[in-house]
Amino acid sequence: MPKIVFDQVSKSYGSVQVLQPLDLELNDSEFTVLVGPSGCGKSTTLRMLAGLETITSGEIYFDGKPIGHLEPKQRDIAMVFQDYALYPHMNIAQNMSFALRLAKVDKSEIDTRVKRVATMLHIDHLLGRKPAELSGGQRQRVAMGRAMVRDAGTFLFDEPLSNLDAKLRAKMRTELAEMRNQIDKNMVYVTHDQVEAMTLGDRIVVMSDGVIQQQGTPEELYKTPRNRFVAGFIGSPTMNFMDGELTEQEGALWVRGDGYLLPVAAEAAARLASHGTREVAIGLRPSSITNVINGGAPVELQIVVSEYLGAQSVLATRCGSNELLVEVASAVPIQHGTTQTFEVNTEEMMIFDRETGLRL
Amino acid sequence: MKLARANRLTPYVFMAPAAVIMVIALLYPLGYMVYGSFRAWDPSQNISETEFVGLKNYITLWFDPSFRESLGVTLKFAISVVAVEMVLGVGLALLLDRNIRGMSILRTLFILPMMIAPVVVGLMWRYMYHPTVGTFNRFLKSIGLDGVDWLGQHALLSVIIADIWQWTPFIFILTLAALQSLPQSALEAAKIDGAGGWQQIWHIKLPLMMPVLIVTCLLRLIDAFKVLEVILVMTEGGPGLSTEILALRISRTATEFRELGVAAAMSNYLLMLLLLLTVAMFAFNKIQTARAARLRAAVQEED
Repeated sequence: MPKIVFDQVSKSYGSVQVLQPLDLELNDSEFTVLVGPSGCGKSTTLRMLAGLETITSGEIYFDGKPIGHLEPKQRDIAMVFQDYALYPHMNIAQNMSFALRLAKVDKSEIDTRVKRVATMLHIDHLLGRKPAELSGGQRQRVAMGRAMVRDAGTFLFDEPLSNLDAKLRAKMRTELAEMRNQIDKNMVYVTHDQVEAMTLGDRIVVMSDGVIQQQGTPEELYKTPRNRFVAGFIGSPTMNFMDGELTEQEGALWVRGDGYLLPVAAEAAARLASHGTREVAIGLRPSSITNVINGGAPVELQIVVSEYLGAQSVLATRCGSNELLVEVASAVPIQHGTTQTFEVNTEEMMIFDRETGLRL
Repeated sequence: MKLARANRLTPYVFMAPAAVIMVIALLYPLGYMVYGSFRAWDPSQNISETEFVGLKNYITLWFDPSFRESLGVTLKFAISVVAVEMVLGVGLALLLDRNIRGMSILRTLFILPMMIAPVVVGLMWRYMYHPTVGTFNRFLKSIGLDGVDWLGQHALLSVIIADIWQWTPFIFILTLAALQSLPQSALEAAKIDGAGGWQQIWHIKLPLMMPVLIVTCLLRLIDAFKVLEVILVMTEGGPGLSTEILALRISRTATEFRELGVAAAMSNYLLMLLLLLTVAMFAFNKIQTARAARLRAAVQEED
């Protein structure tokens, strides 16, 4: 269970740099999730850690020892692949025991370990079958099992759930979260799905365009995103952004844009005072807007579509020329096509520099 | 009703030209040969003038020591060339399945021998094997060794070497194509699981390539049984009968011995042998497809 450190690690293919030099520390026994849109470099980072890609510059350290030049098998890692990567010609037991057999582990020991893990993952009745005889979900479990029978120091997951259908994905996510608590190892998990990242990660690393945008606990990323990208990426439904300008009226700071005028909360106003910029974008989570009027900052929204999701409904609305998602309780009937007054929780409103995208 | 009928006939109309050509170019000569194999037939005779002899040609051949010798030479030749070519071809493919600079040029060079006309290959090797002016013996003498009687004492070995030179590339390109279509992630998983280079080849690559290798092997065997030009040019079957493969004996029986009926019967023996191999290949393919279908069905039941 090593402490893993990336020191200025970068990756280029020819003249194309896919990963800017990045620093990253993965602590012992921590579940770290690398998340970002496709092409952001998260998989490349994981594959460099696994030894499946060479490092162009920089170095990766396990407990202070450089490992960039080591073969995958010398790194004491186990990995679960996106397409499961099972060996099609071996049955499930042989698939799971392959690494142990190569390591010349005692046969009875192999049997015990395979049995134990298979029982844990509910695939013990499938051990004699070939991968082609399994359904997608079962294959996924075998891929997990193959990684788990090895007593590796570090577990790597490369989008392991993305080939499953939505229902199965949710189920496996829960099981993974359960497993995470049972296994005391380093785990590095790559996904493009922010829900997976939020539910599984002790720590989340958000990447975009080959650069780490921010890292922290799920709560930190949700409540204090560093920039507009992280704010927009984390949270579902996604955050609303509207361009606006800061204005001062009667000694208080307001932000004015197309169709709205909202007061800036005192705490944020204090921080904004030191910034010269007036051109901003505000970020509002759909849950920060409510149709329960309680004397807060009002805003007029024209309801375009109402998506009923059960207890909650998501409204697609229009504020001037801006499109805005609003999450409300379904109890109050909402008619689309009408214009209604909503209320904004300005404490939760985020303000970003329109030029740099940084949160102010 | 009429339209539906016309529609059903459409595919046959389109297939008709090909079918006609097949009948003229393949079935007619084949039938002619089978018919001729039951007759005592001299080239000066019209086939209608020939005498029907039943299975006599086949029975004579079966007990003819030269035919048996020729069959033995053919089997020896085919099995040894295909065995060596498989090992070399697969080995080379495993070796050259990587991305380094100039690899595409190297690969093209490797498959060149296959593209040379067999007659040219025969002439080339005959020259190289020449006892006094040939490349090999001149080289051996220049380093102080005795020359080897390539096309005399070691004639079969020499033609085997020439065939290996020409046809290893065939196995090489097919194996290389199979290698490059292997699921990359399974190989990566094997690396992570701790498999070294040899272990990856032995436990992952070879088992996954096996269907392609078996078909390639059968194709090469079929071809090796029919080889003619290279040997004809190099040794003409000699010395003695040492390199007289079946195709050569068939041609000599027809032209030198003037026994068209016997030659036809011999061709049929060879045809049956090849048919056996072809059927084996189709059967293998069929088993593969059936197994895949059964697996799919099993999964669907599960879901």
